[in-house]
Amino acid sequence: MMKFDRPAERNPIDDQTVVGQPTSRIDGALKTTGQARYAYEQHDVVPDQTYGYLVGAGIARGRIRAIDSRAARDLPGVIEVITWENAGDVTYPGGGTPDYLAGPEIQHYHQAVALVVAESFEAARDGAFLLEISYDRAPGRYALPSLAEGDWPAPDEAREGLEPVDSDTVGDFEAAFAAAPVRIEQRYQTSHESHAMMEPHATIAHWADGRLTLWTATQMVGWAQRSLARLFGIEKSDVRVIAPYVGGGFGAKLAIQSDAVLAAMAARKVGRPVKVALTRPMVMNNTTHRSATLQRVRLGAERDGRLTAIAHQGISGNLAEGRHEPAVSQTKLLYAGANRLTAMHMAILDLPKASDMRAPGEAPGLMALEVAMDELAEALGMDPVELRIRNDTQSDPADPERPFSERHLVECLRTGAERFGWSERSTTPGTRRDGDWLLGMGMAAGYRDNLVRQSAARIRLEQDGSLTVETDMTDIGTGSYTILAQTAAEMLGVPLGRVAVRLGDSDFPLSVGSGGQWGANNATAGLYAACVRLRAMICEMLQMPEAEAQFADGAVTGAGRRVELAELVRDEAISAEDRIEYGDLDETHQQATFAAHFVEAAVNAWTGEVRLRRMLSVCDAGRILNPKTARSQVIGSMTMGIGSALMEELAVDAGAGFFVNHDLAGYEVPVHADLPEQEVIFLDHPDAFSSPMKAKGVGELGLCGVGAAIANALYNATGIRLREYPLTLDGMLERLPPLAPPGP
Amino acid sequence: MKAFSYERARSPQQAAAVVAANPEARFIAGGTNLIDLMKLQIEAPRHLVDVQDLDLHRIEAKEDGGLRIGALVSNTALATDERIRRDYGAVARAIMAGASGQLRNKATTAGNLLQRTRCPYFYDTAQRCNKRAPGSGCAAIEGFSRGLGVIGTSEHCIATYPGDMAVALRLFETVVETVDAEGAVRMIPLAEFHRLPGTTPERDTVLEQGEFITAVHLGPPPEGRQFYQKVRDRASYAFALVSVAALLRPDGTGRVAFGGVAPRPWRVEEAEELLPQGARAVTDRAFRDARPTAGNAFKLPLATRTLAYVMAQAKG
Repeated sequence: MMKFDRPAERNPIDDQTVVGQPTSRIDGALKTTGQARYAYEQHDVVPDQTYGYLVGAGIARGRIRAIDSRAARDLPGVIEVITWENAGDVTYPGGGTPDYLAGPEIQHYHQAVALVVAESFEAARDGAFLLEISYDRAPGRYALPSLAEGDWPAPDEAREGLEPVDSDTVGDFEAAFAAAPVRIEQRYQTSHESHAMMEPHATIAHWADGRLTLWTATQMVGWAQRSLARLFGIEKSDVRVIAPYVGGGFGAKLAIQSDAVLAAMAARKVGRPVKVALTRPMVMNNTTHRSATLQRVRLGAERDGRLTAIAHQGISGNLAEGRHEPAVSQTKLLYAGANRLTAMHMAILDLPKASDMRAPGEAPGLMALEVAMDELAEALGMDPVELRIRNDTQSDPADPERPFSERHLVECLRTGAERFGWSERSTTPGTRRDGDWLLGMGMAAGYRDNLVRQSAARIRLEQDGSLTVETDMTDIGTGSYTILAQTAAEMLGVPLGRVAVRLGDSDFPLSVGSGGQWGANNATAGLYAACVRLRAMICEMLQMPEAEAQFADGAVTGAGRRVELAELVRDEAISAEDRIEYGDLDETHQQATFAAHFVEAAVNAWTGEVRLRRMLSVCDAGRILNPKTARSQVIGSMTMGIGSALMEELAVDAGAGFFVNHDLAGYEVPVHADLPEQEVIFLDHPDAFSSPMKAKGVGELGLCGVGAAIANALYNATGIRLREYPLTLDGMLERLPPLAPPGP
Repeated sequence: MKAFSYERARSPQQAAAVVAANPEARFIAGGTNLIDLMKLQIEAPRHLVDVQDLDLHRIEAKEDGGLRIGALVSNTALATDERIRRDYGAVARAIMAGASGQLRNKATTAGNLLQRTRCPYFYDTAQRCNKRAPGSGCAAIEGFSRGLGVIGTSEHCIATYPGDMAVALRLFETVVETVDAEGAVRMIPLAEFHRLPGTTPERDTVLEQGEFITAVHLGPPPEGRQFYQKVRDRASYAFALVSVAALLRPDGTGRVAFGGVAPRPWRVEEAEELLPQGARAVTDRAFRDARPTAGNAFKLPLATRTLAYVMAQAKG
């Protein structure tokens, strides 16, 4: 085990001969030629596969009165119908996670009530439609509370169906706010969102000799293994999870979902492998989503722009015992200011489970805070970039003794303003025009914590001098394969093409997995540890002092000798496994990533349609391990930011209690035609406190603040301040330039 | 998808005869809508008559100067036809504003007219929907109705007709040609082709079971500039919140049809007479009997502003 408890010193990664280069994905050709097989496509890993079709509850709350499966069972090809009455014992996790198979109680709409297992997908689906299911409906709560001005709950105040979940105070906010010469007090709403990753949840489950094997779409192989062992009451070592390729996740595949659990239940019951993929409508109501939020922001400042009082309160929804969306977390750390209050409440709702989605907390939180900052800048008559620069802090505002490890937000802001041409922005909203289009620029700061977590990997020097990396790390479209190969190539001095990377198998060493933008830094750091061990083993074999050994060009050189790595391996490959663990550097220092986002928006003066023209994100995220894959992550995030700002909303039917627009026709995500020119600039500030890689996360940072920058650009274009996302034209029509002659 | 039998049609009349004799039979051409609905068992035909091989793929000039568009002409072929682009530009633009390249390659002219609503409650078989399950009720009226109809609806259904092409076709003297099992040809003005829901929203059109569309006739190209303006939240691949098809003459007169607002393309000729008075006068008349929900009332000012936008372009 390598304990990382002091800042990294110079190490081979700093050479950046391979790491830090814009290498194309090493798995790219496999994907573009269809050879990378995803969970549902593993047709030949085990014979006799059957097909499961999942049936979701048609009500949101109540009880199953009866399920008549006779007609389904009589259908040719149907093997079994799994319901709560015959599924066999499992231990559900509880704690806000609904049962994977409902019965008799229904906890949310499209909660699974049955899985029809058949010889073909078509027979399973036909059988599903033949089930006769009757329910007793019960009332439920489906809408976040609508709070009148002044009716916001105090930070720790509990109300019926509204629980205080987190609050934090520094100094005396109320007194400072009352005394502030310039004040902003506004409320904002963000919408329920679906992850809408390309590959839906999918699993093939197979039992043999009491052992369960799952080919599944998961971000976290280790978590899936542990969860399944608990559910089925078996040892973790009796569960194998295989997920070499995952078609996106955004948090939707952090925890296992009904596809995995019901496939495993059904496979146990029918004694054959069962494969299950969720349909898109099922993804949206059966699995998780990001909760909508209500947010209230109060900012007090001196006339020179220095913040003296910052309050950010929020409400999100979830099933009882569920977790809240921590939308106020970044507000504790983004700006200086002596008096602060942050608080979250959770409304108990009977909607599907709310859970993590890309940048949980920061994504919706910054959509409020960074619009409030824009409103404050206007109230101050100050440039929004300058306001943020003036309120920079190099330490935790709650604890000045606790510095940021690296923080270059000001450089992000200045670089972005310069490169974007921010000085050309009109300071008077609604005054720039291009024909029928109103033009505006907006910006916002971005913030996302950097999380360190232990991670392990194995590296093998093969007989031919090539390297093989093995870890249960996943690549969910992010570039894990590539940056791990770059890390190994750099550490052992082997050409990139001579490194094979094998991922996503619980038989491999336990990694950090993909989520929370923690994957890249921690997984490569775990591999770094294994590589250090392999280098030491090689030096010991050669009796070569480690300090003198140079690994380059497939050979090790030192103490007057040069030995080809291939010559070192006799009968058996040389294998090294190690794990990185972290000390308290993330406690002594605040580790975070920063961005400045700039957007130019056009709003049609007649119809209110919004079309973006340019976007720029400047990111400060430590060493960028691969600028090409990192850029891909950031432009993907920027695109997701367009969605959450302008169009994405899971619309709730407040009577029936479900997300109505539950397919990709109704739930609109950006298409190519929505994307403007997108530019990404990475500042190069390796962070020696994060890991030996000196890297930090970037995949979520790119989303944090984008929505607010769009909202601010829209305001600058029109003079219309919208505070309820998505910012669709409905909210602007009455306030756009009037039609009366001479026209808009 | 329920199991179904399948045959290839030999002639329009033969196809019509098969489907007329079997209430559970349907025609299938491009299948871009029907197959989706079959997967969800919103449509569950037990027999399909595939009409794709019939000789209905041509666009022919008519003696009166108009065009006869074969029922099976693909959306792509129609939108890129030189005569359509030159003389019926609103039709070309409307088609290109809908769906995706792949779908337009597959979808046919007749099939596009028959596209069913995209009301989300129609698509969720656990929900009440009079169009899908007559008599079950309408969950949309009290539910999420942002995309649904504001006029021509009833207390039984507020679904919209989702297409673009038919909205533009309303600008012309468009007639739908059909044949029935006996070989009788019927010419149905497009204005009368789509039904309002009333108490029977399950019937989208006036077609009888087995009545088969063979062509769509366009009258001679009229004078004036043509427009198709489609408004939506995202830039492509979305159904219209509101669309405006317009034919505007230099003297300020013209024709206007609205999409995304009603169970059929919405054209009110008395309203068109008010075009010289400006967009608001037209939409005030065209939507006089509107009954929007709280969720879709914005479509009324949006229709006015979109028409004004088009009229400004005509002047510019």
